[in-house]
Amino acid sequence: MRPAIHIVSAAFALAMLALTPPATAAEKIDPVADAKAFQKFFTDKFPKLKPEDFVTGPYSMNEDLHRQWVEKEQFPPYEFSLEMGKEMFSTPFKNGKSYADCFPNKGIGIRQNYPYFDDKEGKVITLELALNRCRETNGEPPLSYVKDEMAALTAYMAYTSRGKPFDIKIPNDPRALEAYQQGKEYFYTRRGQFNFSCATCHVQSPGERIRAEVLAPGLGILNAMPIYRSEWSGMGTTSRRFTTCNSQIRGVPLNPQDDEYRNLEYYLSYVSNGLPISGPGARP
Amino acid sequence: MASTIRVRATSSGDTTEVQALIQHPMDSGFVKDAKGEIIPAHFIQQLTFEYDGKPVFVADWGGGVSKDPYVKFAFKGGKKGDDLKVSWVDNKGATDTTTAKIV
Repeated sequence: MRPAIHIVSAAFALAMLALTPPATAAEKIDPVADAKAFQKFFTDKFPKLKPEDFVTGPYSMNEDLHRQWVEKEQFPPYEFSLEMGKEMFSTPFKNGKSYADCFPNKGIGIRQNYPYFDDKEGKVITLELALNRCRETNGEPPLSYVKDEMAALTAYMAYTSRGKPFDIKIPNDPRALEAYQQGKEYFYTRRGQFNFSCATCHVQSPGERIRAEVLAPGLGILNAMPIYRSEWSGMGTTSRRFTTCNSQIRGVPLNPQDDEYRNLEYYLSYVSNGLPISGPGARP
Repeated sequence: MASTIRVRATSSGDTTEVQALIQHPMDSGFVKDAKGEIIPAHFIQQLTFEYDGKPVFVADWGGGVSKDPYVKFAFKGGKKGDDLKVSWVDNKGATDTTTAKIV
């Protein structure tokens, strides 16, 4: 009897192997399908919301919060930062050049194209990184990535791009796909003492409370950057959001603009393609 | 330097609704900086809104009010096109004033 069972199970195992597609095909990186599935997940979960509603983050999650947002937008707390950003942006560096010289279209209305994949460097370039590189090229010291001046600059650049749909491109380059895939893996990998991934809060539980706060949906979360957070009493950049998310789950944050964060921003922006830029945003 | 005060006053006939946002650190004096040194108290002590030469709203503030405070209130009266004067004084004697047209 025994050998017969072995033969049967061996035959069964072989049959299964034959049915399973080769591993490489199963792991094929397909950003277009990912983005479609990601957006469908959120629109199915919140059938009342249109895709563009998600860019208001927690304020899109229920009617009370939505009313708060409408009122807040009449007198938004990021106004001072926006004004500072506009002034900084139009003030030339010591060498006479300005931020406008570092960007296409003089830096106006281009937020939706960042981050992009740079094929010379083989890496993802975020807007914050591009701004600091612009400063360094022109002999100015780099700014802190997390707040104040950097947030003011990105606030102004986002403001000039409001309403334009996120248009992140993944060129036909294996390194770009790899960066995208690493960003995706970072998003779904658990870490920290709480063993949370980004997705634990922002895919699994948007609209639910974490203590007194309502979690924002992952879809459209970067469209609103930078943000004025009442909790911070100030502005914060995408870098600030990533590092504080990591420390809040009791993980050790990476340094702003480390490769992992750049890839994460690439992935998370790509899956929100088509949703309008709404930054600067205000959050509770 | 741009004004530290943003104000919008809207008349709806009988009443005027006022919203204002003021840029100020509002340091309570109980917070330490990264080096462990106390950040000295620095906050607005009095905020005044005047219409037609008379105060319509006066706030006596302390260190417990948030940074970049926001105020919203309404008062009886106030005509479209009239001026509303806003001013604040902080505990270091600094002050700022602005005048807004009621719309």
